Amino acid sequence: MTEPEIYRRLTEIFHDVFGDDTLVLTPGLTADDVPGWDSMRMITILVAMEERLGVKLRSREVNGLACVGDLAAIVALKLG
Amino acid sequence: MSSPVLRWLPETPDWLARLKAAEQASGVSWAGLVALAGERIDFLRAERLDRLLQARFPVPPDRNQQDRVQGEPIRLAILGSSTVAHLHAPIRVAALRRGLWLTTYETDYGQYRQELLDPSCGLHRFRPTAVLLALDARHMTQGVSAEADDAGHCEQAITQLRQCWRLAREAWQCTVLQQTVLPVLPAMLGQNEQRLPGSAAGMVARLNARLRAATDEDGVHLVAIDATAAQDGVRSWHNPVLWLRAKQDISPAAAPMYGDLVVRVLAAQAGRSAKCLVLDLDNTLWGGVIGDDGLDGIVLGQNSPLGEAFAAVQDYALQLARRGVILAVCSKNNEADAAAVFDHHPEMTLRRSDIASFVVNWDDKATNLRRIAQELNIGLDALVFLDDNPFERNLVRQELPEVMVPEVPDDDPASVPEILADAGYFESVALTGDDLARTAQYQAGVSRRAQEAQATDLPGYLRSLQMRLVSGRFDRIGFSRIVQLINKTNQFNLTTRRYSDGGVLALMADPAAFGLQFRLLDRFGDNGIIGIVIGRLEPGRRCVLDTWLMSCRVLGRQVEEATLNVVAGEARAMGAMELIGEYRATPRNGMVAGHYERLGFSRSTPGPDGAVRFSLALDGFAMRPVAAIELVDGVAA
Repeated sequence: MTEPEIYRRLTEIFHDVFGDDTLVLTPGLTADDVPGWDSMRMITILVAMEERLGVKLRSREVNGLACVGDLAAIVALKLG
Repeated sequence: MSSPVLRWLPETPDWLARLKAAEQASGVSWAGLVALAGERIDFLRAERLDRLLQARFPVPPDRNQQDRVQGEPIRLAILGSSTVAHLHAPIRVAALRRGLWLTTYETDYGQYRQELLDPSCGLHRFRPTAVLLALDARHMTQGVSAEADDAGHCEQAITQLRQCWRLAREAWQCTVLQQTVLPVLPAMLGQNEQRLPGSAAGMVARLNARLRAATDEDGVHLVAIDATAAQDGVRSWHNPVLWLRAKQDISPAAAPMYGDLVVRVLAAQAGRSAKCLVLDLDNTLWGGVIGDDGLDGIVLGQNSPLGEAFAAVQDYALQLARRGVILAVCSKNNEADAAAVFDHHPEMTLRRSDIASFVVNWDDKATNLRRIAQELNIGLDALVFLDDNPFERNLVRQELPEVMVPEVPDDDPASVPEILADAGYFESVALTGDDLARTAQYQAGVSRRAQEAQATDLPGYLRSLQMRLVSGRFDRIGFSRIVQLINKTNQFNLTTRRYSDGGVLALMADPAAFGLQFRLLDRFGDNGIIGIVIGRLEPGRRCVLDTWLMSCRVLGRQVEEATLNVVAGEARAMGAMELIGEYRATPRNGMVAGHYERLGFSRSTPGPDGAVRFSLALDGFAMRPVAAIELVDGVAA
């Protein structure tokens, strides 16, 4: 999956998770920048990535994820 | 492991666009939201739809024509031992799918017992109409060890649950749902885990078995997620990574299925489950098109794998019918062609007598489904329409959104029974109905006889039964049972006249005749249709009782006298002055030779075919005293 494709799919997920279609994803975007992005929402995002993108995340990998760039990177790593 | 999918729901490509339009619109309707909830959506979409639902209908919508909200509002309290925050939205959306308005509450983390006991806490202010105990395996097996007595530990857990059920019932007179325990704990011994003392995995298995008996005894309903997870795979329901991070026993990916399982029990209890399975014929009950391929060209039965798959669909439908689901047929065909398959194809499992409403013509299916609902006198929302043809399915979904239309693959009948089962359309929390509860009826007969043995006097016993005899004219819902009784009753049958489907239909249309069906209910249960009387008005204002038959199960209960009271009233209403009873002797019906004389008829001149006749004058007829039976006028359904 190419990087623009990954961002397109992540954007779909974020729009559904936050019910806000105006959100624009950038690599540096973090929980501090998005109202409502708490630890529960983070779980929702991770499960959605597993379900919709077909990546399987391990406990240790999840610990290091802080910003959108991290999410995109792990998808790129997993899907090659 | 793939996630559980609501695969019976349709999926349309423009769902997201429609949701976004609804989000932008100022006043999306209740019906519009119900339609969005009726499609196959994942947990993220369910949450998004729920956000709109909460914003638009924080309180139940007005019960006007446009907002077709169903049933009473439901206030569901979730009493959980782990994180359940992600389960609210899917539960509310599953209620929306059925047109039900539902609001949720969850007890503070790990505090469900305290909240049940403390009248000042939020749970008591919420005043639930239903509570759901959602407890996880680790919570339920706390303290189990090799030293502890396993069976004792299991019983202790059940005792504590029972206490919770009782507290909830006493506080709010509410429905109580108990979730089975998701078997997520690893085995230590292996496949014979039950032999290991102190095994938590072993205890979960024992607990789930024990819960089935305990909930039955206490009138609590199960949400059997262990059974569904056994089909989907426990690993698609429970994700150990999420357990560690967020203490989610149920993965969000399984939450839409979970929500549907919870709400279908609540809907069943509110009487909102479907009642009737409407079947298409060509390529649904058999392979091929009867009008083109002919009786020997259609594929059905033991001659091929495909034929066996269609036979399995019929067999599942028949099993549903036996437990109380009404069957109907809705097909575009020449009626004679379709009827010939039912009457003459040797591999047909379903017979015409199994079908309560047989609508075969060239009208569109929406029109015919309306006809079926009307004929059976049930709502369109009680119908499930099974059709292999996507065109017909979508037409019906569009024209009649109340009708449930499962998505089935158009070329694979093998998966149809399991899709129907997975969809839970006919979810039932209690066995009711007629032919269905044969077992229960016999069981009730057993306890009736037990009480008979204890009772000191017969009239007192009969009064204690609280019998109600419900009578009404023949109708389509009772039709198959009526035909069945007419054609199989040999002993308590005065004339042993047999009628085909067509004969009974002709009788129903004859203004100079009546067909009455009698249903007997008592405190032990519903005995179903137990009596049939057919009368014809003849010249001279005489009403001849062409048929009088009864089930031998209700003999000796004064039902004959009560029946006569109803029959006399019906005959008088038709203008008759005299009742004529007939007895035609057969090798089997000697027991009723004296029937009419016992009821006060006097012997009269024999009938044209030599039948013994009895006469009773209707002017001055006094109702036979039957104190133990209440007569109820109505359709016997």
